Amino acid sequence: MAMILTEEARMVRDSALGFFRERSPITELRKLRDSNDPVGFSRALWAQMAELGWTGFLVPEEYGGSAFGIAGLAQVMEAAGRTLTASPLLSTALLGACLVSTAGSEAQKSDILPALVTGERILALALEEGTRHAPHSIALKAQKDGAGYRLSGRKTFVLDGHIADTLIVAANTGGGTTLFLVPSTASGVARTRLSMVDSRNAANIAFDNVAVGADAVLGPVEGGAAILDTALDYARAGLAAEMLGSANEAFDRTVQYLKDRKQFGVAIGSFQALKHRAAQMFCEVEVTRSAVMAATAALDQGGNDAAALVSLAKAKANQTFFLCGNEGVQMHGGIGMTDEHEIGFFTKRARVAIATFGDTVFHQDRFAHSMGY
Amino acid sequence: MTDLATFRAETRAWLEENCPPPMRTWMPEDEQVAGGKKAVWKRPEQKIWLDRMAAKGWTAPTWPKKYGGGGLSNDEALILEEEMQDLGCRAPLRGMGLSMLGPVLLEYGTEEQRQTHLPPIIKGEIRWCQGYSEPEAGSDLASLRTRAVLQGEHFLVNGHKIWTSNAHHSDWIFCLVRTDPTVKKHDGISFLLIDMSDPGVRPRPIRLISGASVFCETFIENVRVPAGNLVGELNKGWTIAKRLLEHERKGIGGIGARQAAKFETPVEQRAKQYVGEVDGRIADASLREKIAAYNIDAQAFQLTRRRAAEEAEAGQPPGPLSAMFKYYATELNKRRYETILDVEGFQGLGWEGDGFNDDEIRLTREWLRAKANTIEGGTSEVQLNIIAKRVLGLPD
Repeated sequence: MAMILTEEARMVRDSALGFFRERSPITELRKLRDSNDPVGFSRALWAQMAELGWTGFLVPEEYGGSAFGIAGLAQVMEAAGRTLTASPLLSTALLGACLVSTAGSEAQKSDILPALVTGERILALALEEGTRHAPHSIALKAQKDGAGYRLSGRKTFVLDGHIADTLIVAANTGGGTTLFLVPSTASGVARTRLSMVDSRNAANIAFDNVAVGADAVLGPVEGGAAILDTALDYARAGLAAEMLGSANEAFDRTVQYLKDRKQFGVAIGSFQALKHRAAQMFCEVEVTRSAVMAATAALDQGGNDAAALVSLAKAKANQTFFLCGNEGVQMHGGIGMTDEHEIGFFTKRARVAIATFGDTVFHQDRFAHSMGY
Repeated sequence: MTDLATFRAETRAWLEENCPPPMRTWMPEDEQVAGGKKAVWKRPEQKIWLDRMAAKGWTAPTWPKKYGGGGLSNDEALILEEEMQDLGCRAPLRGMGLSMLGPVLLEYGTEEQRQTHLPPIIKGEIRWCQGYSEPEAGSDLASLRTRAVLQGEHFLVNGHKIWTSNAHHSDWIFCLVRTDPTVKKHDGISFLLIDMSDPGVRPRPIRLISGASVFCETFIENVRVPAGNLVGELNKGWTIAKRLLEHERKGIGGIGARQAAKFETPVEQRAKQYVGEVDGRIADASLREKIAAYNIDAQAFQLTRRRAAEEAEAGQPPGPLSAMFKYYATELNKRRYETILDVEGFQGLGWEGDGFNDDEIRLTREWLRAKANTIEGGTSEVQLNIIAKRVLGLPD
């Protein structure tokens, strides 16, 4: 019964929906944007989210987490997507927790995970280097230097990179990818905050001969690609859940507008040209929901079809969020073009979320590859 | 073992024992068994398989035993279906009696109507067809004009039905007829069962773009129908009509998940044959992407069907999901055939004769047949209207 929520997951969903609706409606994202907030999310909100246990869903119990799983965390992500909440859920509670939990040494886990769970430690994965998601082409060099390494190169589109305490850097060590834990304050690290169209956090980061010790290596040397593949799948599934929430919200708001807005003396939702498109959006939201549920369940159960299902879910989430964001603006008409109205925030977020960890073409190709064609 | 596990084991054993090997092969469209007095048996095993399944009532697994049905619970019926699918067993019998009329008679029919009509449906002795659409009543079905006038113990029926699937192979027709032309169109319709052996009922096959003639137009001229053949109340036929359409859409919505799934060559495998492969991948990258996009949507839809089934199994009230099945499944099916034709290139363009193999000719014909999927049983546009109204609550 992977396709219906467990009682616990339902409780998480309900409490998360209530939490985000009350504490971080879209007006909060607007405030962060308009005040050019240096952090880019609310630390107070993040502390409350940590208190609710959401930061520990992917962290083992001995490090302060609950190991509740990705299907549970997806409920939180989806609810956060409903209100376009800016928070380090993806960078830290998902990717950071996943990478350190699965690949970290005892010392690394003890150092990072308890502080991650309490919300004090923010992590960021420094992965991308080009113009699109390419987890297997890493040019940033890590050269052996005595017992340690020296890192040189550039990373881009690092989510929460400007504010993270610890960077997880994917580096090329000659024979493959190796992951490094690098303090963001290390000498030679230069961070440039990016101002993104969705008002969320990302940074470009330059590494100029940054020295790290041997104990900074996360997981086996040159074993980074496999670790990344797994962790990225968790991130893609969680992001797909967030996108599902955002798409569903844009869709719900648009259907409501079709009922409220009157032209020619009637509700515009009585026009078949709009009805049919609304009904098509409904179908796409529902099949996307099924895909996200199947993907998160497969990850939690360790199914060998998980990678294919994750790509399926991210591809569908990409298409559906794109559809609902754009149709949302179009069906709102002129008011949908204004900054004052909130529907435009969805279409802006859609573009960024689609590009994050694989666009539709990337995941179609990966799906085909994993299905043997 | 639990009761269900025992049932599964026994069912498996029975199927292995009783399903003739030729009935465990892929079933071409022209080997579907629909029964009736005019049935043509292409292979003797079709009849053997039908009779064995009918004897157990498993042609209609969930119908009550007293009418000859299987009397199975939904869980047991699902197990039977799963085991049949696993062994690749063909459906022993298909048709509108099983999929549409039977469920309606169980809900609205009199005891006498059930006793009369259900057993021959289950045994495949009587084949039914559907008299719904008329030349002037397509999507606007309720504007139908076939007249039935009650004269003592009989209705006198006159009219013209169209898209009556397989009427020329059928024995009986269930019809929507106008019994009161003076009231609002939905309030003057009745649901009538008509014996087609009456010479006043004349089906004429219509040749389709696929070259096949599965549809007919059916003329009904001065046919006297016993008053006892009225299902439900006089002038209350629209409710039954809608109910039956739900059953019809469920049937059409299941298209992608048929027995064919076990035997049909996946599109990607065909693509490797037709355009070649490089390092185990389809050589043409844009075709590969197109196929992946189709497969992703098809799988997301299958997952949605599973979600609806799990929700039903868990006792949750039927959600809005079922409203989308007919629309989504039929659009996908059309897309599947378009993708196959893209894959085949020139070889997908043959009509008959030399230069094309049987499989290629069959797929070309099925590609054209699939065009009807989004028209029959309520067009895609009508389905979208239904979703907009019932699920989204958008105004008329």
